[in-house]
Amino acid sequence: MNATARKKANENAETMLSVEHVSLSFGGVKAIRNVSFDIRKGEIRAIIGPNGAGKTSMLNVINGFYHPQEGTITFKGEKRSDMRPHIAATQGIARTFQNVALFKGMTTLDNIMSGRTLRMKRNMFWQALYFGPARREELEHREYVEEVIDFLEIQHIRRQPVGKLPYGLQKRVELGRALAMEPDLLLLDEPMAGMNLEEKEDMSRFVIDVSEEFGTTVALIEHDMGVVMDLSDRVVVLDHGVLIADGTPDEVQSNQDVIDAYLGISH
Amino acid sequence: MARAAAKATPTDDTFPKLLLRNAKKFTDRPAIREKDLGIWQSWTWADVLDEVRAFAIGLKKMGLKRGDAVAIVGDNKPRLYWTFVATQSLGAIPVPVYQDAVAEEMTYVLRHAEVKYILAQDQEQVDKVLSISEDVKTIKEIIFDEPRGLQNYGHGHIRSFEDVQALGRNELEKGKSAEESWLKEIAKGKGSDTSVILYTSGTTGTPKGVVLSHDNIIITAHNGNKFDNLDEHEEMIAYLPMAWVGDHVFSYGQSYDAGFCVSCPESPETVLDDRREIGPTYFFAPPRVYENMLTQIMVRMEDAGPIKKMMFDAFLKVARRCGEDILNGNQVGFGDRLLYAIGDFLVYGPLRNRMGLSRLKVGYTAGEAIGPEIFRFYRSFGLNLKQLYGQTEAAVYVTAQPDGEIFAETVGKPSIGVDIRITKNGEVQYKSPGVFVEYYKNAAATRATKTRDGWVHTGDAGLFDSHGHLKIIDRAKDVGKLKDGTLFAPKYIENKLKFYPNVKEVVAFGDRRDYCAVMINIDLVAVSNWAERNNIIYAGYQELAAHPDVYKMVKEHVDEVNRSLAAESDIAGSQIHRFLILHKELDADDGELTRTQKVRRGFIADRYAELLKALYSKTSSYRISTEVTFEDGGKGSITGDVKIVDMKPYPAEMAKEAAE
Repeated sequence: MNATARKKANENAETMLSVEHVSLSFGGVKAIRNVSFDIRKGEIRAIIGPNGAGKTSMLNVINGFYHPQEGTITFKGEKRSDMRPHIAATQGIARTFQNVALFKGMTTLDNIMSGRTLRMKRNMFWQALYFGPARREELEHREYVEEVIDFLEIQHIRRQPVGKLPYGLQKRVELGRALAMEPDLLLLDEPMAGMNLEEKEDMSRFVIDVSEEFGTTVALIEHDMGVVMDLSDRVVVLDHGVLIADGTPDEVQSNQDVIDAYLGISH
Repeated sequence: MARAAAKATPTDDTFPKLLLRNAKKFTDRPAIREKDLGIWQSWTWADVLDEVRAFAIGLKKMGLKRGDAVAIVGDNKPRLYWTFVATQSLGAIPVPVYQDAVAEEMTYVLRHAEVKYILAQDQEQVDKVLSISEDVKTIKEIIFDEPRGLQNYGHGHIRSFEDVQALGRNELEKGKSAEESWLKEIAKGKGSDTSVILYTSGTTGTPKGVVLSHDNIIITAHNGNKFDNLDEHEEMIAYLPMAWVGDHVFSYGQSYDAGFCVSCPESPETVLDDRREIGPTYFFAPPRVYENMLTQIMVRMEDAGPIKKMMFDAFLKVARRCGEDILNGNQVGFGDRLLYAIGDFLVYGPLRNRMGLSRLKVGYTAGEAIGPEIFRFYRSFGLNLKQLYGQTEAAVYVTAQPDGEIFAETVGKPSIGVDIRITKNGEVQYKSPGVFVEYYKNAAATRATKTRDGWVHTGDAGLFDSHGHLKIIDRAKDVGKLKDGTLFAPKYIENKLKFYPNVKEVVAFGDRRDYCAVMINIDLVAVSNWAERNNIIYAGYQELAAHPDVYKMVKEHVDEVNRSLAAESDIAGSQIHRFLILHKELDADDGELTRTQKVRRGFIADRYAELLKALYSKTSSYRISTEVTFEDGGKGSITGDVKIVDMKPYPAEMAKEAAE
């Protein structure tokens, strides 16, 4: 019921990011071929497809890690050609990784705090002194980080080194670090991979809450079909680098090309 | 005596009146704390009065009437505690519900109590209530504490705690009349009014609603405070289910009576850290918590460096030798005192700090019997841990151990104001100011439990020892006999086995059977640590439980228990003849344990009837498939082979010779 209400609201929302005619190849390997789609403000957008369909490549193109040979990407009305990840980050794109990429020796708190780096105004020397304005600033950031910790219900691991935590919790910490950036667009690369049912349910809840509470736009790659269909407002399906379907979960689910791609019918 | 004490202050015979008194008497003392966003937030008694007043008047505006039932469900949070007193101030009745109750359990309670308003802590609880709202027609309004994820719940009858308070504040701003009429409502309340209905988790059958009056709880709480000299300076941490009588009396009753501060943990997982920060002076936990803490300490010590390990072992011996005597104030030689003082500095003190119990004045354990070894361990480390015997029907206190008179195997002397008698068939019965009014809408059960002159059947078999302390043997109905007439006390055998850190849960069978046989649950924390050290590879509980080396280890434990049973002539015949390790952990979600984590023996006997049959046959292995319920209500199944091991019992005489 809530999901439908939300979907209705999104239909008229402005486009946050649009991908137009993007092609990416590594030597002779064509990872993405002429793909176009858009992400609307405030929606949860899923990118799905079988193994090697080009999903992660697509995400890497969006956050500027890969540079497509053809096509354009428009983010918040600004067309860009040559993007770098750190610029994407300052513009409000945060991401998590398929294989957790945290600072294993640091605590949960410090890891999430590192997500605030781009928002710190004082330079390293000020911060090292922890005095005056730098101190005040750190306290403000700490407060926000505590909000994130509270939001993700990870108070109990606040002081634990991340490397010691179970995988499901590490994923949650990684989401926390991305949230600490206060992103406009959150890219999640297989947020539920390797999780058990309960962890998946928790994570789904968090993704929905992120969208509802912070109004963050979410683009996620996911293998678990049940999760995708429940969670997302619209779904893009890629297969062998080609966009084969784009629409609501119901539309995509009944699309013959998608069924074929997933069942592995030869082309 | 107890009643006299209560009569001395007739104006404070209800909780709302106590709140008014505390706001005057302890104005700026902290009443309750909560850790939020990593920082402890406090409310003084005056603040609490302010919050409660606004909320109560808001509730009144929403139409809450005298006699209406208000359910409270969630983790221990200040606002949930405030809901109790706000509800009571209007003469309505709070009904706390276990926060981990599955939908059906909750439906039963809400329907039975005809709940009209619900305070649900968070989205999870609101969802649960909404999922059953079709079945509980009486529900009018749902109020939530934690707004997360609830922004888009467009229902007209779901609102936040703040919204209700805003309603009340709005009324208060209009003029004096709102507050005056609220105070009038409070003045109308009297001690004999129903204060709360607590539903017992019940080892058998459907839950029963125990109706307790303000007198019941306030007088009992007052006596409890007097017994242990508790005053407004105590610190305690509220982390046990609010629907449980223990939490209700300790964190609410005793806090309001003495005026001490109660701290609510940040989340259920952070209790240990929060406890270390608060340093409670008054602490309460079921034996399970102490068992877990001990297991964790032992596991960590196994992993500690050789010097630390040596130090720990050496001073553990010193503590065993003289620690309890020092705590009890008995005579102890100078050498031992010196060694103990060094041990206190090097080992006991740091460990107490680790457990967050450095400032402990009194710690209690109750709910079920604690292993004497575990109990002694804590006491020898200088922690004033005591046992208490109580019931929901008695507003907790029946007996408690007075300081300096602690015997591990007894539960102490009758508490202040309590009379105890033991019937011919060995059952313990009591009479006290805390004796409950009735079971809600269940006159038959009330009659069966409470005699006409006010004695309550406990259902426990017990006896008084030479010191005048009560000793509980088992549930009166559980004590049985083997076919050859030997006395069989299942809990006694179970507790002997549960003393081993590797063993988590035991279910013993033997009544009207040829011999005693047990089902065992291994402790995953302890055994997985052991497995790691011994290079044993496993994928989960089931595989670990079935591992031959684990069986070997458990067999040694069973053998030791048999040897100790053989030394006790009365029950030497109830040695364990056969045992098996269950393929799944016993779980309250599957109904195998009660919500307070007690084993439901009868239910397990039915559920694992095939295994039970196998225990009393000649087979050495049995293949079983069991349905399991996940926390969200989904179902799955576990299938596996369960091995059954034969034990060789010791002849009673030989054991005696060996002992000599």
